[in-house]
Amino acid sequence: MSRAIRFAPLIVLLAIIAALVWRLATPADTEVHSTLDGKPVPVFDLGEILPSKPGLSSRDLATGQPHLVNVFASWCVPCITEVKVLQSLKARGVHIEGIAIRDREQDLADFLARNGDPYERIGNDMQSAVQISLGSSGVPESFVVDGKGVIRYQHIGPIEASDVPMILGKLEQAR
Amino acid sequence: MIAEAGLAALWLAAGLAAFQLLLMILALRGGADVSRAMRSIAVVQGMLTLIAFAMLLIVFARSDMSVALVFENSNSAKPFIYKVAGAWGNHEGSMLMWVTILAVAGAFLALLAHRTGERTLLAALGAQAVLALGFYAFLLLASNPFARLWPPPSDGQGLNPLLQDPGLAFHPPTLYLGYVGLSVAFSLAVGALLTGEVDSRLARAMRPWVLGAWILLTLGITAGSYWAYYELGWGGYWFWDPVENASLMPWLAATALLHSINVLAARGALKAWTMMLAVIAFSMSMVGTFLVRSGILTSVHAFAIDPERGTFLLALLAIYVGAAFVLFALRGANLKEGAPFELISRETGLVINNLILSVVLGVVFVGTLYPLFVEAVSGEKMSVGAPYFNAVAGPLALLLALLVGIGPLLAWRRERRPIFRRLIVPALLGVVALAVTIILAPGMHILPRLGFVVATYLAAASILPLTGRNPLRAPLATWGMAVAHFGIAVALAGMAANAAFTSERLGIARPGDLLSVGPWQVQLASVTPTAGKNWTAVEAVLRATRGDGVITLEPQTRYFSDPPTETNESAIRTFWNGQLYTVVGKQDQSGAWQLRLWWKPFVTLIWAGGALIALGGALALFGRLWRLVWRRRPEAEWRKERYA
Repeated sequence: MSRAIRFAPLIVLLAIIAALVWRLATPADTEVHSTLDGKPVPVFDLGEILPSKPGLSSRDLATGQPHLVNVFASWCVPCITEVKVLQSLKARGVHIEGIAIRDREQDLADFLARNGDPYERIGNDMQSAVQISLGSSGVPESFVVDGKGVIRYQHIGPIEASDVPMILGKLEQAR
Repeated sequence: MIAEAGLAALWLAAGLAAFQLLLMILALRGGADVSRAMRSIAVVQGMLTLIAFAMLLIVFARSDMSVALVFENSNSAKPFIYKVAGAWGNHEGSMLMWVTILAVAGAFLALLAHRTGERTLLAALGAQAVLALGFYAFLLLASNPFARLWPPPSDGQGLNPLLQDPGLAFHPPTLYLGYVGLSVAFSLAVGALLTGEVDSRLARAMRPWVLGAWILLTLGITAGSYWAYYELGWGGYWFWDPVENASLMPWLAATALLHSINVLAARGALKAWTMMLAVIAFSMSMVGTFLVRSGILTSVHAFAIDPERGTFLLALLAIYVGAAFVLFALRGANLKEGAPFELISRETGLVINNLILSVVLGVVFVGTLYPLFVEAVSGEKMSVGAPYFNAVAGPLALLLALLVGIGPLLAWRRERRPIFRRLIVPALLGVVALAVTIILAPGMHILPRLGFVVATYLAAASILPLTGRNPLRAPLATWGMAVAHFGIAVALAGMAANAAFTSERLGIARPGDLLSVGPWQVQLASVTPTAGKNWTAVEAVLRATRGDGVITLEPQTRYFSDPPTETNESAIRTFWNGQLYTVVGKQDQSGAWQLRLWWKPFVTLIWAGGALIALGGALALFGRLWRLVWRRRPEAEWRKERYA
């Protein structure tokens, strides 16, 4: 048996060990990263759902100011806790726009009356069409959009109180 | 006190293992006469670990919450059997179980092994001590199972409800026994490489251990497959999940080893290859343990996610396997191959068997770790799933099954008889099966169709080695081989039937609604709340009929409070020709319930086949041990050697 063959198992083992050590040293990043980061918001124009509030279109986002676009629904339980955090962001001068997914006028009005209303505009996305074009797979999700209408950050799941400084930082960078 | 006694026993055992290693070095260096001392030490070490493990069982059985491990993994409301099983349903406990089995296996090796040269046995006991020392260090320094909590909490946090199942009581221990049985083969191979005594005597000494380990791995995988089938509620029997693969890889290596070891035992050939396989089989066991315990691959089975433990296990893996490979590289050249053989011979058949099994092992190994390598090299994320494994391993497995029918008919060294004549009947039966499937199910996919054909052929071909002579006088090992090979045909038929004929129905139903699946009409009669000792549940009552009488099934969704988890308890009814498998899911907004129904014709053949394969192994093991004990009286051999 030649030398090379006799040493082959050892070399294969070393390569495998190296890969495993690398993985232990750099734990897997299990987050899904948005592919829309750095790309303009897809063109959309959503009508209003509440008579008291205007709908939302992609033009409303390219105003020179950064926006936080929140994909939510009145039937979504985590959204209830998230609204309170959004209120505190609004108090710090953040422009928050909502996209209501598969919602009804009365349910949404009740939801906002009960939990507070941080939204400047709310678009009515009855078929989830805009949600899907944004690459959002569930509620709640939020997007930081800069003044030119370019997506800078996608947040999957509710924004927790502990996320506030991070979100404010992202909005600052988008300015 | 009990926990402290367990810890003390563990420290003593570790001390003895170190001493055992020292004696081995003395014996190999200076030829010191230590064989009696080493055998005694190995036995006492095994007894001490048994005591430590018994202490752990006692603190779990008594729900002694002042022991941190009990607090974290048990709860006083748990049924008694799961309290005891909780002892190994966690990282520390399972590692203690591992080292206990390792040390007890070492004790049996010291008591029973008398077929190898004495020097090889001593070297193997030394290698076994090194293996054990690593795990003692791991337990005592990094994961003490007996650590106390102060003040003692009033009640524990509970056990993962998925594991509160009779399957848990014996699935992990069975696999561990199999893994550790392979450690003896590893130690014997290392010992033989050290002394240079790689011969048929070594193969005969190693064979019962490999056979025993292989039987347990077969049972463990079969039981684990059935556990996943009914407990996870997905209706599948194999998911190519990394941890399932981790148990399959040692089995594949052990299957190859089991066959090549026969060549070494009978003909003294394939020396280097067999030693290599012995090392690889145990390496795969360590890889399996590492993957489960480190959580580096995402899996439903990765119970203990802790990189530090992973580091320790990886270090042990690197040291053990690395050392064995270095030894192989240095000593492999000295191995002289035994008797030559011709192209058409039993040896060639077994070499082909080994090649195919090794390729399948490589396919599974690469598929399991491929995402890791890709991300390490390119940073890209990906996952490898069932389509890859089925497409690559499936045809290879079918090819192997085809050859399984031929190999046992070949004679050692050279085959001059026209053996293919004996395969005419099986081949004709295969053709009949092909015709039947084409007539009855013309739209069937190619893989299940081939599965039926090969299964029919193999079922007939596997019993050929028993024909042509009085089958009652055939050695028990031959019977074992025939039964195991027949089991492969049975399992293959079950897999093909499951792939070809399963009917699935996912629907929502209100009480009173009727759903149909396959030949069955299933009515949702009612949904009621119910409760057990440590869970509450909603239970659906389903009335199913296919024309002759009504049967009742009661699937549940269970909610456990400690820790808060939800599980689906499927309700399964087995018939001679298949299983009706039902799961109740969540209630939707309108008040209707999700139901998942499957009719799976002949699916039970999969596990029946697995059980037959293990039974075949057991027959062979029994036959070999019977001969060992009653025919040869070989115990006297080593005594003669020692006292001559």
